Amino acid sequence: MANGALSWLGQVPWRLVIELQHVTKLYPASGRPALDDVSTEIDKGEFVFLIGSSGSGKSTFLRLLLKEDTPTSGTIVVNGKTLNTMSKWQVPKLRRTMGCVFQDFRLLRDRTVAQNVAFALEVINKPQRTIKRVVPEVLEMVGLEGKAQRLPGELSGGEQQRVAIARAFVNRPLVLLADEPTGNLDPETSEGIMLLLERINRTGTTVIMATHDYHIVDSMRRRVIELNGGVLTRDQSRGVYGVGR
Amino acid sequence: MRVNFVLSEVATGLRRNLTMTVAMILTTAISLGLMGTGLLIAGMISDMKEIYYDKVQVSIFLADGVTDEQRSAIETQLKDSPEVKSYLYESKDEAYQRFQQQFSQQPELVQNTPPDALPESFRVELVNPERYEVIKAEFPAGANGVDQVRDEGDFLDRLFSLLNGARNATIAVAVIQALAALLLISNTIQLAAFNRRNETNIMRLVGASRWYTQLPFILEAAVAGLIGALLAVGGLILTKVLFVDRTLAGPIKAGIIPPVDWSAIVFISPIIAAAGVGLAGVAAYVTLRLYVRL
Repeated sequence: MANGALSWLGQVPWRLVIELQHVTKLYPASGRPALDDVSTEIDKGEFVFLIGSSGSGKSTFLRLLLKEDTPTSGTIVVNGKTLNTMSKWQVPKLRRTMGCVFQDFRLLRDRTVAQNVAFALEVINKPQRTIKRVVPEVLEMVGLEGKAQRLPGELSGGEQQRVAIARAFVNRPLVLLADEPTGNLDPETSEGIMLLLERINRTGTTVIMATHDYHIVDSMRRRVIELNGGVLTRDQSRGVYGVGR
Repeated sequence: MRVNFVLSEVATGLRRNLTMTVAMILTTAISLGLMGTGLLIAGMISDMKEIYYDKVQVSIFLADGVTDEQRSAIETQLKDSPEVKSYLYESKDEAYQRFQQQFSQQPELVQNTPPDALPESFRVELVNPERYEVIKAEFPAGANGVDQVRDEGDFLDRLFSLLNGARNATIAVAVIQALAALLLISNTIQLAAFNRRNETNIMRLVGASRWYTQLPFILEAAVAGLIGALLAVGGLILTKVLFVDRTLAGPIKAGIIPPVDWSAIVFISPIIAAAGVGLAGVAAYVTLRLYVRL
């Protein structure tokens, strides 16, 4: 009974959504670990910047959270589930609780804005009437009402990223992972995207954003986790990009 | 499972890879067609064995100048021989009638053959067909009115080994062709997966199940396999109608070659279809597991 109660507590995260304990990731081809003994915890509803130069391990960090890769050692817990022991067929379920946004948008160019967003729901078997209801809602939320029938090629970079965010958010994930979402956008457009991510964060969704953009980090004053050569060198609430910058 | 979604993915996939799809369908069709042909030949061989082996094993042809005493002596000897299961006498007239029937499609041949050109004979069925040599020793050729003794079984054995060879060669080519088809299916699926990597990557990230991601590819291969099988069945039907029923009409009518029945094609078609769909589906699944990250 005691065991059952404990596992029940484990299944339902109360506060922590993400927990890394001494996580190391070695790629066979490289001598230096991509992540080196990283431990951290991220609460539900937090907004976290993940910063560091190229090759510092930011992308590995995000990949491990999605179980696109498994750590060489250490434990990762997401939404109460230990990823290390998770079987392959459970991975899709995990990913349904997480949304992803990338620098290069990754939209399907032969489908309209609405179809791109609907795709994410269709492939996880959501009923058509749910799709019909929530797709316009989320498009309105990201500020793309009236552009539902456009193709991605007809949109600006900022608008395309909004489509990608709509797709990532339409299934109401617990966590939104954004890998350099403003990397291809000018500062003004980036600001709009950041406002949108903030708005999503206010709905209770944890946002983890890997970025190089110190303007954004400095102006937002949110938690900053800095990786340097795979080592976690800084974890600061209300941080700025560079200390003393 | 959203059937419409999966089906539209399948249709898109087949259309996008049109040339590879056509190649895949054609190779599959040829392979399955040959397989069907091999099965038909096999069926034909067993039918022919029934026609021939049951009838005659040894023929004793009588000399032109055979006397009545010689003939009845031979008959007595056959009746008394423990090696002989049964025998049948065929007179010159009967031989000529049978000849007329067998070659009814070649009237010139029949016209140019005088009725008495064919020898009278005893058609003998042995208790043990292997014991032909004993009969041959009992009735020495050229003596006592016997012209020659012929082991029909030996001739049939050679005929059937030829037919078996044809069947085996057909099946061997079918197998090689099937191998080519499988490799082509594997390549097509890899190409299809590459072409749709944006879709499948997104599906993976948003948490689509493995089945949902893989099924369109597997169905794509299975549909191509099914179309290939339909073409193969069509090919068999055409072969029957245009070749077997026309060119071989004479020998079939004469009972030399058994006809290819519609029932045989009806029997073989589902086997071909199942083989086409099954092999293509399995090949696609294995390819996805081995070579494609979904």
